[in-house]
Amino acid sequence: MLDSAHELLSLQEQGQLTATEIAQQAIAAIEASQPIHNAYTHVDAEAVLAQAQQIDQRRAAGEALGALAGVPVAVKDVLCTKDMPTTCSSRMLENFRPPYDATVVEKLRQADALIVGKTNMDEFAMGASTETSYFGLTKNPWDIERTPGGSSGGAAACVAAGTVPLSLGTDTGGSIRQPAAFCGITGLKPTYGRVSRYGLVAFASSLDQVGPLAWSAKDCALLQDVIAGFEPRDSTSLDVPTEACFAATQSADLRGMRVGLLRQSLDSEGVDAAAVQAVLDAAKVFTDLGAEIIDIDLPHRKYWVPTYYVIAPSEASSNLSRFDGAHYGHRAKDDNGNEINDLVSMYCKSRGEGFGDEVKRRIMLGTYALSEGYADEYYNKALKVRRLIRGDYDAAFNDVDLLLGPTTPTSAFKFGEKVDDPVQMYLCDLFTVGANLAGVPAMSLPAGFDQLNLPLGIHLHAPALQEARLCQAAAAFQTVTDFHRQRPSEPSSKS
Amino acid sequence: MSQYPFTTVIGLEVHVQLKTASKLFCGCSTEFGAPPNTHVCPLCLGLPGALPVINEKALELSALAGLALHCDLPPVTKWDRKQYFYPDLPKGYQTSQFDMPICADGFLEIEDPADANQTVRIGIIRAHLEEDAGKSMHDEVAGRADSRIDLNRCGTPLLEIVSEPDLRTAEQCVAFLTKLREMMVHLGVSDCEMQEGSLRVDANVNLHIDRNGEVIATPIVEIKNMNSFRNVAAALAYEVDRQYEEWETKGHTIKTHGKRTFGWDDGKQVTYPQREKEESADYRYFPCPDLLPVRLTEAQREKVRSMFTELPQQARERLQSQYDVTAYDADVIVSAGPEMLAYYDSVATACGDGKRASSWVQQDVMRSIKEQGISVDQFAISADQLAALIQCIIAGELANNRARDVFEHMLDKGVAMDQAMKDLGIEQVDDSEIESLVADLLSKNPRVVDDVKGGNAKAVGALIGQARKANPNANPQQVRELALKMIEQM
Repeated sequence: MLDSAHELLSLQEQGQLTATEIAQQAIAAIEASQPIHNAYTHVDAEAVLAQAQQIDQRRAAGEALGALAGVPVAVKDVLCTKDMPTTCSSRMLENFRPPYDATVVEKLRQADALIVGKTNMDEFAMGASTETSYFGLTKNPWDIERTPGGSSGGAAACVAAGTVPLSLGTDTGGSIRQPAAFCGITGLKPTYGRVSRYGLVAFASSLDQVGPLAWSAKDCALLQDVIAGFEPRDSTSLDVPTEACFAATQSADLRGMRVGLLRQSLDSEGVDAAAVQAVLDAAKVFTDLGAEIIDIDLPHRKYWVPTYYVIAPSEASSNLSRFDGAHYGHRAKDDNGNEINDLVSMYCKSRGEGFGDEVKRRIMLGTYALSEGYADEYYNKALKVRRLIRGDYDAAFNDVDLLLGPTTPTSAFKFGEKVDDPVQMYLCDLFTVGANLAGVPAMSLPAGFDQLNLPLGIHLHAPALQEARLCQAAAAFQTVTDFHRQRPSEPSSKS
Repeated sequence: MSQYPFTTVIGLEVHVQLKTASKLFCGCSTEFGAPPNTHVCPLCLGLPGALPVINEKALELSALAGLALHCDLPPVTKWDRKQYFYPDLPKGYQTSQFDMPICADGFLEIEDPADANQTVRIGIIRAHLEEDAGKSMHDEVAGRADSRIDLNRCGTPLLEIVSEPDLRTAEQCVAFLTKLREMMVHLGVSDCEMQEGSLRVDANVNLHIDRNGEVIATPIVEIKNMNSFRNVAAALAYEVDRQYEEWETKGHTIKTHGKRTFGWDDGKQVTYPQREKEESADYRYFPCPDLLPVRLTEAQREKVRSMFTELPQQARERLQSQYDVTAYDADVIVSAGPEMLAYYDSVATACGDGKRASSWVQQDVMRSIKEQGISVDQFAISADQLAALIQCIIAGELANNRARDVFEHMLDKGVAMDQAMKDLGIEQVDDSEIESLVADLLSKNPRVVDDVKGGNAKAVGALIGQARKANPNANPQQVRELALKMIEQM
């Protein structure tokens, strides 16, 4: 019942369901799921119930309600909320409460969404498994011995566990799409600049983007329509009109659409045969829907991951400088529990204790890449390669309207499998970081299951600002497939 | 300094705080002197998720400064992060401009203090915009190690103007700074108040010593903490002697010791080495990903050109030709700042007598605002009111002294001129009233009549005092003329 936001909206409009009933069910579902999946870092049941009652009263009074009235939404704990902690799943911000809401959170409130709580993530969004969270592992609802992906692992798992129909994640290199694929749901990374970053705790500012996760493309579109739009407080926000994504999902006719199949991605090392098959099957589905499939390549694809792992840590090393214990956040004490008087020692110990290993690793990588004498070889060179990567997309989109490939090389992996091997973990981003480097929108949607019955995702790219086209194609795919209607069985381990 | 066998080489870095109402990247006020940490927002505090948005006015003022300094305004300028850890820098980086400053490659010409006929052109390498840091206050009284931080200043816009090492003497530096400050104040770019930190100067200095045709350079010293022009002159003079002595006794050269940072101790009147950083700082500059590069539009350039009206020297010349005031008077008015100049311009134009206007502005207005400790913008008597008062003098309706009474009354009571005149009982005195008053006085002062008849016309002056005692509104000029006329007819 908590599966579909647009159905919850119409049930309320028809008077068959109240926001209070929805809130009660969501809270019950969270209470059942949380001990098993640990998808949330914070839940405020009382506030949600109170808000739901207000919405019911306003509806009864005939007041106009927002586009997500009475729909439960979970928010990744990297987005500022003034009435809830915002921890980034880090010890550094364990007790941090921002005095303001992120723009996307403001928009959720204006839309009368029920913000049920904050979801777990890799610390400061750095990771692909949610294993780097200070607040414990989040379990994949399809197999609790496996990761939900990351960094928006909680954001994907909370939907897959049936606790909310919608959640907000963030995507710097694949952090919405990879967990969506691992958890069998749909996730959209919008065009860079389409959604305001104001109040998003920055990981890599030139790559970060907020986006929706839900079972279906229709529901993603519904949430995307609420959060998108120009905002002057974010200088990188695009001052262009938004296109209605939800409206675009009403047409399943893809005749005339040219879909570029990234065939060389399928031949990449380490790509599971089932993942390859899911993409080829999807190509067939798109053909049946009237689209034309054209083989295409993005020639600089092999430089995506190295380029990303220079640029993203460089920006991160700068963005995370502010967490120094001086003004807010974790401040270390000396061995006797007293304030440390020496400034540099206070910095070192506070950051040493406040950050986990992966965050420190990336700060070191980025600091190195920006250092005098190395910046030309690393950071500045990466910027040049980034331009080539963008050029590949520009060229490809001269010939096709969408790109199709796998979201991830494999289905969800087990805990501990990659966490001690950073390079293996970084390769999880093999297919997803290109969209961030180029700033184009991309979406992952459920398209199959492997031999372990774990979900697999396919990955669609569209040209900048064409979220509506992505939503249309994905929704069309979902009218003739039922992968997005599959649900995990009761909590279990599959192997 | 020609007695020394070397050339002194000085380059200045001048930070001016731009006169904007709000900070460089947020809407917080730039007002000086507010209680600590009251002009702050999530951005100033370095809270996560807060984002910067450029203040257009700061761009305009920077471009205006650039025009005044004959700089190029490149088509594109961008923002870079300069990274270091310090508690007064909550973000851990300062947003600045590294390789594409808003102004580049200009100059400022000064008169050489050593030879007034000699103009020296000082190159300007660049002027770039950046945000200021907060202020740390260290209280170490009674052994406490208590540090406090005020972030009000954090994010206020600074323009850092970097000169070529074209300056040769401390006096030239003072002349350069004086001219630069006057220009910036005049154009409304900055208040340039050193006391409030809205003008800060660092100097890079070394000596090029000529040894039998070979030029040896001493280590470059950057001097910081000079909070007045007098200190700049004293610090540079001291440093020149110190470097020469160091070279003579220790042989330090730029090759052996590179560049160092010194402070200026105003109490001891010495420069002293500041604690050297353990290794040379690596600020890891990179383009700020939260801000887009700036392209000044043609409309913005046009707006800046329209703000660039006249420089102080041009204003001095204009006052002399337009209002026929002396060079000295023109200098006093222009040096008092752009608001005073504008006030004077209004008074002089409205009353039609630039000289009288100059005298009133210099003697009465400047004295009053100095006593009250305010700026002319806050002065109670508007330019129009003062002009009207001066017109009464010109028309012979008021004596200078009586006009001063009106002026004082307007200030004291905060009333308009008409009300002040009413309060003081000043009204146009009827001619017949004056005639009977003078006739009465003549009959009581036969000696005055005799003296005047005897050829001493000045004797009539004795009557004027009596006339004003009887009626304060009696016009002295009118009394004088009437008395002489009536005596002649007697």
